Amino acid sequence: MNKVTVKAAFKASLPIMAGYIVLGMGFGVLLAAKGYSFWWAILMCVTVFSGTMQYVGVNLLGAGASVVSTAIMTLMVNARHLFYGISMLERYKDMGWRKWYAFFGLTDETYSLICLEPRLPKGADRRDFNFLLTLMNQIYWIIGGFLGAFLASLIPFNSAGLDFSMTALFVIIFVEQWELTHCRIPIYLGLGVSLVCLFIFGADNFLIPSMIGISAGLFIFRKRIENAEREAQKHD
Amino acid sequence: MIDAKHSLILIAVMAGVTILLRFLPYFVFSKHTPKAVLFLGSVLPYSLVAMLLVYCLKDTDFTSQSHGIPEIAAVAFVALLHKWKHNTLLSVLCGTIFYMIMLQFVFA
Repeated sequence: MNKVTVKAAFKASLPIMAGYIVLGMGFGVLLAAKGYSFWWAILMCVTVFSGTMQYVGVNLLGAGASVVSTAIMTLMVNARHLFYGISMLERYKDMGWRKWYAFFGLTDETYSLICLEPRLPKGADRRDFNFLLTLMNQIYWIIGGFLGAFLASLIPFNSAGLDFSMTALFVIIFVEQWELTHCRIPIYLGLGVSLVCLFIFGADNFLIPSMIGISAGLFIFRKRIENAEREAQKHD
Repeated sequence: MIDAKHSLILIAVMAGVTILLRFLPYFVFSKHTPKAVLFLGSVLPYSLVAMLLVYCLKDTDFTSQSHGIPEIAAVAFVALLHKWKHNTLLSVLCGTIFYMIMLQFVFA
C-alpha cells in the first residue's frame, strides 16, 4: 500500500471522521448508562460496526432481549445492507483478500462514498483505497465508542446538532450524484418512494417498504433508465 | 447490566446477522450475476442515498417550536455551498456549524 493511496483514503475519510466520532460517542454514552464498561463499547464497535444497530442494541441489551427477537430486530434494521452488497459485486470484484474486510465494513457512509468512485491521484490503487477508507472509518467509530463510554457524562461542550455532519455528508453525495448521472429516475424514485413510505408507515418502519418500492420502481423504469445511460455513453 | 454471558450472545447475534446481510449478495451472486442484479447494483446507489437522506431527516418535527426550519435551512445551505465550491470537507464543516448555531442559539 503506497503513500499516495493512504493519503487519498485519509483525505476522503475526513468528512466522516467528525460524524463517526460524535455518533460513536453517543452510542458509548448510552451503553455506559446501562452499566457496561468501555470494553463492551469497543467490542460492539469492532464486531457489529453498524451505527443504527448499535443504538438499537443498547436497548436490546438493557432489556435483556431474547436471541430470537435480537436476530429479527437486526434483520429489520439492517436489511438495507443486502442492497449495498449488490452494488459492490462489480466494484469489489477484483479486490482479492481486501474484499472480506471491505464487505464486512460496508456502512451507509462508506457505501455512499465508494459508490461515487472519487477520482484518485496518479499512482493510487483503488482496491487499497476502498480497503483503507473502510478501515479508517471503523477506527473513528471505535475511538468514538470508547470515548463515549469512557468519559460518559464528561462531554466537554454542548454537542447538540453535531451529528448533522452525517446528514450533510448525504446531502453532498446527493448533489454529486445529481450532477453526475445521465438519468435521474433512480434519484426521483428514491426520494419519492421513501417520502411516501415515511408518511404511510412512520419513522420507525419505513425502510423495508421503501426498499421494496424502490426496487419495483427501478424495474418498471428499467428500459428507460438503460436507454438514457446508453444515449449518454454515445455522447461521451 | 444483564449478565455477561447473555450480553455476549446478543452481541454475537447482532454482529452475525449484520455480517450475513453484508455478505449474502456476494455469496449468492459472485459466481454468476444475473443481468437484473447487475442493473440493480448500478442504479441502487442513486436511490439509496436519497433514501438515506430521508432517513436522516425522518425525526424532523414540523409541529415543534422550530417547525423543522433548522433542518431545512441547513440542508439547503449544504446543497448550495456544495454546488458552488464542490469541497466535501468545507461543506460538512460549514453545514454542521450552521446547523448547530441554528439549533443552539437561533431556535433555542
